[in-house]
Amino acid sequence: MIYRLCSLAALFLLCASASAEAQSALPVSKIAADIYVHEGTTALMTRENDGAVANLGFVVGQSAVAVIDTGGSVHEGRRLLATIRNITDKPIRYIINTHAHPDHVFGNAAFAGEGATFVGHKNLPRALATHGQFYLDGFRRTMGDELIDQVRLVPPTLLVEDTLTLELGARTLTLHAWPAAHTDNDLTVLDAETGTLFAGDLVFLKHLPVLDGNLHGFLAAIDQLDALPAQRVVPGHGPVSTWPVALTDERRYLERLATDVRALVARGEPIAAAAAKAAVTERSRWDLFDDFNARNATAAFSEIEWE
Amino acid sequence: MLAHRSRLLGIAGLVGGIALACAAPAMSTQADDPWPGLVQDVFNNRPINDGSDVLAIEMPYRAEDAAIVPVMLKTKLAATDDRRVVSITLVIDQNPAPMAARFALGPDAHVTEISTRVRVNNYTDVHAVAELSDGKLYMVKTFVKASGGCSAPAAKNADESRARLGQMKYRQFASSASSGPREAQVMVGHPNNSGLQMDQLTQLYIPAFFVNELKLWQDDSLVLSMEGGISISEDPNIRFTYVPNGASHFRAEARDTDGHVFRKEWKIDDSGI
Repeated sequence: MIYRLCSLAALFLLCASASAEAQSALPVSKIAADIYVHEGTTALMTRENDGAVANLGFVVGQSAVAVIDTGGSVHEGRRLLATIRNITDKPIRYIINTHAHPDHVFGNAAFAGEGATFVGHKNLPRALATHGQFYLDGFRRTMGDELIDQVRLVPPTLLVEDTLTLELGARTLTLHAWPAAHTDNDLTVLDAETGTLFAGDLVFLKHLPVLDGNLHGFLAAIDQLDALPAQRVVPGHGPVSTWPVALTDERRYLERLATDVRALVARGEPIAAAAAKAAVTERSRWDLFDDFNARNATAAFSEIEWE
Repeated sequence: MLAHRSRLLGIAGLVGGIALACAAPAMSTQADDPWPGLVQDVFNNRPINDGSDVLAIEMPYRAEDAAIVPVMLKTKLAATDDRRVVSITLVIDQNPAPMAARFALGPDAHVTEISTRVRVNNYTDVHAVAELSDGKLYMVKTFVKASGGCSAPAAKNADESRARLGQMKYRQFASSASSGPREAQVMVGHPNNSGLQMDQLTQLYIPAFFVNELKLWQDDSLVLSMEGGISISEDPNIRFTYVPNGASHFRAEARDTDGHVFRKEWKIDDSGI
């Protein structure tokens, strides 16, 4: 009971300080007409980096703004909101989440008072329900109570089954919900006017691609993405890049992973061997390889052995 | 001497745990060790002996994918030992339902290795407790760190795991010797939902739906059975060694919490290798 009182008091203090103190703006680059992107650092989410590891963006139309991903903490989300307010006073009409991973959705609560509609893949509410509490518990270890206590999982109310267009006033965004690939709730956003694709974590550069959905589906999605009429991509992680050449490294890695794991399964090796052996030739080409390759291999193995 | 040392370690662990708890409340897992309570609940407070000569448990120190953590159990009794392993119980102390599985070993199958995959929710001790034919319990343990990152102990691809419901695969691995132990694997397609996750929209818990019994026979002789819980990964998967008895068929039967019964049999040597 005393514990609960203490934490309640701490929460009040936190809220007071957060509202009193102006949030410092999150640095963004203007990558095309009325499109702004914050490039996350290529790292794991920690207390020190505020969970600010994913790329976030927003598009300013004539009448309204759409935000694409809100960051890895409410603190980062508030900084993104401060940046938007430095650039425009138009209302934020849509908060689009590209998928359920914490570095993309933990900032949602920062936008809850904006009257915006939260938009996501039709499977996003389920993914938040089944994974959300574990993310909150798990990231408490690396990000600490202060950042995690503020996080609220805000599920989308506008769901994308297949394709949906959002109107911002002389600016139309086309959202597409993908079959299981990086996750089972991946959503992309295409701005046809400037040829800008917000790919979420269907595209990684520099940061090792992460498999938390379906490897076969991921490779199939890459083939379809390749054909999209875009000029540049905002990947989920890594620099904004020319399209579709930005897919080259990711495709090579995932194909190597599939080939190696298929060979391990065929030889009758156990799943633990996959973690140690698959795709190791890719090690020098990526950041965070040791943080994600073993789990990618484990996930790929449990999928491929059903082929 | 052994008891004395372990008590000292226990106290040191406790003090360390309290210090940690003060510094970082989230890491207080060592402060209240659930194991004594589990000995009471799962093993009815029966005495448990050191099992390092009886069995071994192998798991990665870091659970790379929290939903799929490989675990291997090996028996170490010498061939000349007149006791045999009757069952092995796998307990993941910090999971919501710690008793992950109880494997009963067929009396004539000479199973010496069992590998499966489990979910790991937290930093946790994992205990394996063998019951021998002399009625005594023997325990070994290891420690696993749940992975950070976006891995979660839940389905990656919830639609696919449901679509695979009830599919079964058997695989026999190549063996260099024509006699002696063989290695085989049985996979059961099943989402194995834990039932501990709340749907944010409906505020209702997603109902538990998992395989609670899996039995494997060569013809009519039991090789291995598993009484499973929600800590077993989706698509339950068991790889094991056994000594063939000349049977022509391998049979599997799985039951889940919704009362489904899935049965399949395969001709031995009909595994596609």
